Amino acid sequence: MVSPNTPETQGGSAGSASAPRSIQDVVIRLAGNSQDGIQSIGGFLARLAGRSDQDVMTYMTIPSTISGGPSIFQVRMGTGDILSAGDRSDMLVAFYQHSYDAHISSLRPGGVLLYDSDHVTPNAEDKRFTQIAVPITTGTVEAVGGTSKDKGKNIYVLGVIARIFDLDVQKLATLIKERFGGKNEDVVRNAMLAFDAGYAWPQNNLSDLFYRFDAVEKAAIATGRPQVTLDGNTAIAYGLLTAGVRHGAGYPITPWSSIMETLRTELPKYGGIFVQCEDEIAAISTALGFSFTGNLAITGSSGPGLSLKMEALGWATMAEMPLIVVNVQRGGPSTGMPTNVEQSDLMQAIYGSHGDTPRVVLAPKNVEDCYYIAIEACRIAREYSTPVLILTDQGLSSRIEVFEEPDLAKLMQKPGADLSDRPATFKPYPLDAITHHAPAGSKVLTGKYPTVTGLEHDEMGHPTGSSKLHTQMNAKRREKIKTLAASLPAPELNGDSAGEVLLVTWGSTWGPAKEALVRVRAAGIKAGHLHIRHVHPLPNGLEEIFKRYHKIVVAELNDEGVYGFGQFATMLRGRYANPAIVSVAKTDGLSFKVSELVAGVAKHIESTALDATLATSRPSALAAR
Amino acid sequence: MSSATLVSPPPAPGAPLTKKALTADHPTWCPGCGDFAVLASFYRALEKLQYPHEKIVTFAGIGCSSRFPYFVNTHGGHFIHGRALPFSAGISLGNDDLHVFVFGGDGDGFSIGGNHLVHTARKNPNLTYVIMDNSVYGLTKKQTSPTSPIGFKSKTDPWGAIDQPINPMRTLLNSGATFIARSHATQVNHMTEMMLRAAKHKGFSVVEILSECVEFFEGAFDAAIPRKGGSWKLVDEKKHDGSPEDANRHDVTDEVAAFKLASESWPGSFGVFYETNQRKTKNELEADIIAKAKERTKGATDLQVLQSTFAKLR
Repeated sequence: MVSPNTPETQGGSAGSASAPRSIQDVVIRLAGNSQDGIQSIGGFLARLAGRSDQDVMTYMTIPSTISGGPSIFQVRMGTGDILSAGDRSDMLVAFYQHSYDAHISSLRPGGVLLYDSDHVTPNAEDKRFTQIAVPITTGTVEAVGGTSKDKGKNIYVLGVIARIFDLDVQKLATLIKERFGGKNEDVVRNAMLAFDAGYAWPQNNLSDLFYRFDAVEKAAIATGRPQVTLDGNTAIAYGLLTAGVRHGAGYPITPWSSIMETLRTELPKYGGIFVQCEDEIAAISTALGFSFTGNLAITGSSGPGLSLKMEALGWATMAEMPLIVVNVQRGGPSTGMPTNVEQSDLMQAIYGSHGDTPRVVLAPKNVEDCYYIAIEACRIAREYSTPVLILTDQGLSSRIEVFEEPDLAKLMQKPGADLSDRPATFKPYPLDAITHHAPAGSKVLTGKYPTVTGLEHDEMGHPTGSSKLHTQMNAKRREKIKTLAASLPAPELNGDSAGEVLLVTWGSTWGPAKEALVRVRAAGIKAGHLHIRHVHPLPNGLEEIFKRYHKIVVAELNDEGVYGFGQFATMLRGRYANPAIVSVAKTDGLSFKVSELVAGVAKHIESTALDATLATSRPSALAAR
Repeated sequence: MSSATLVSPPPAPGAPLTKKALTADHPTWCPGCGDFAVLASFYRALEKLQYPHEKIVTFAGIGCSSRFPYFVNTHGGHFIHGRALPFSAGISLGNDDLHVFVFGGDGDGFSIGGNHLVHTARKNPNLTYVIMDNSVYGLTKKQTSPTSPIGFKSKTDPWGAIDQPINPMRTLLNSGATFIARSHATQVNHMTEMMLRAAKHKGFSVVEILSECVEFFEGAFDAAIPRKGGSWKLVDEKKHDGSPEDANRHDVTDEVAAFKLASESWPGSFGVFYETNQRKTKNELEADIIAKAKERTKGATDLQVLQSTFAKLR
């Protein structure tokens, strides 16, 4: 976001003669109530970054209330790779006293507290931070006037931030107009009034609080495709649309609901249909009914809802029916912490249901991956006629990231069922080949039509009590998953290809782990980071990788359990019987901080250098010099 | 399996769909079970309907009666207990050309699947549901079912059932099903007629058939069998002929009159209780939404729609 503002336009007023200080990246936490629209500040900043050269990552919590509860939005923006939300913030914008009380501890030493002087009285004795009183409420009311009261505080604050970080005002104004353009002229005018007033405040009062992100060479983007800004749930929905999914069914549950909302509104444009069902069981049943007609369908939920779907999911394995199931993990068990992140549905996703139910589980690593993994899930479901779970989480669901627009023309798949005639050799459950059903509506030339069934069956789908056939059919259902495993690419391995420690992660821990690896290696430790997207079946060849390290530290957001290992660590130990596999697990409802992962590694290896790294607390980049 | 060598040659193109072509595995039901007659009636109904063979779907949940799809040679499926209706709604909405028939029992329909029955009626997808009600759990060998009468002695109520049974007709009327009929497994012609009318109805059509379990609830429906001393009373439907006696006949579009029929004392009447064509099917309502969306996107291709969506994310 290198400033396009000319030197003349910068710091136009007399009090702002000082040049902006250069910084690489900044973490801003905005804390208020959920009706204050602070997410939209984050949205504007994220999209602004998307139209610049910045990598931007945001981190958002909303309480599971409709409005009124405390809400935060954390945005980290800067130049270069931004892999995590940032452990602590450099700037806290506190709208209320409770926002200040709850979040002041997140601020780095030397950071900036920017508070609404109409609502907040900070501890004046606290000299760790730069405290700045801004009359956010009265400033907004004065600027906008009329009957809108303090509506527009968020845009006022956006103005303040835009000035402090020397952001591109022209682009922001365009974004505001795009955002509010659908409403009446007054709304856009009021928003711009609030923005200008916010922008003017630091310009006139805070001349020395003035930063600019490091200039970086615009990365040569070979494709020439623009950047897009979206959250993980939206990315999954669009991935499914790209992959030709035109049918789905669901039931509302946080944080899954926004996927079904998106699909319900988008699918009709594609001639598709998404059914809101009476419950989770009806939802997976309806989705399976769609798949039965040859239209690969999607259902989804969050932990408790996935549990309800388990019986039908067992049927899907037995009947070998392709299906996409999205599970957006949240804190559990039971209603648990519905607006927090956890990775505690892994075992449920892989092993849930009754009997032996081999199926496929994929976990996206970031928002961009949510899009591509949805496409891959559809390919696997169709190719192997199997249910595929996409195991995402609350963190990814609402996190906004910027990435290069996918090559839509290349990726777009043609939807529709294959209703071509089936030859006389057709069998729904051949023992020597992967099942591909004859969807209802297709002619079978023998005149003998198949029954798709949850009873153990012979090759034609007739029920059987034969122990030989049950053994053979179990093997059939297992072997196709093993065939898939053999086709999977080797997982991403960063850092040293052999050495002291290998950090192993899955799901949304990818970003912070990648940053943690840099810090571990900076302490002189030979270390690698292995990230696994195909959590079941695992790709082949991992045992060879594991052998090259003294310790394999598996980090995940779930409980260490009765035996001292998180769910994925338990699985890997069971699979590879390698005693070097150890576990770092936590359940505080928050994503891993980089420092927590570094500490997790430090716990399992001896290194004074690493311990020293942890002991030092980095001051904020905004600290006064 | 050698079954491929045992199949009869495929019917010639354009040949009428016969019972022979529709017959699959031999039914596993107990001798004397009412379900045999239901199956026979279904073959007859299909012979009359003459749908393209590949467009017929026979689907079921779990229970004795839910074995039905194995005995009918059409595209078919055997799902989990109580959930056949939402699955079948997916079939119907997934391919509007299909003729979807769902079979199940009283446990499947009124107990474990009770919620789905209510909501399927509410949504009105285009499909036909035949409930073979034997008022007992037969597959699991004699437990009280949701339609077991008070006093029925079962393995779970050895002293006699104490819970108020469901009144299927009232339940269906209350849920908003758009075609509701009642029949009896001893009346093949009547069953066939009810199935035909249900199949031709646009929307969610339900036929409840009292089908005796000779093994675990013998004589359950004798009260409607004349040769066993019972009374077979048909719904006297309005003929709209302007005759004076027609005024007293049952108007199938009159919901209140249907409730009155449904509240008669056992064994009540048989026939069509209610039918309305005033509500659009779920299939039509969803098609309307798609048509409106397509109108707004002015015939853009899927790729163009997706591209314009991503353009807004820049």
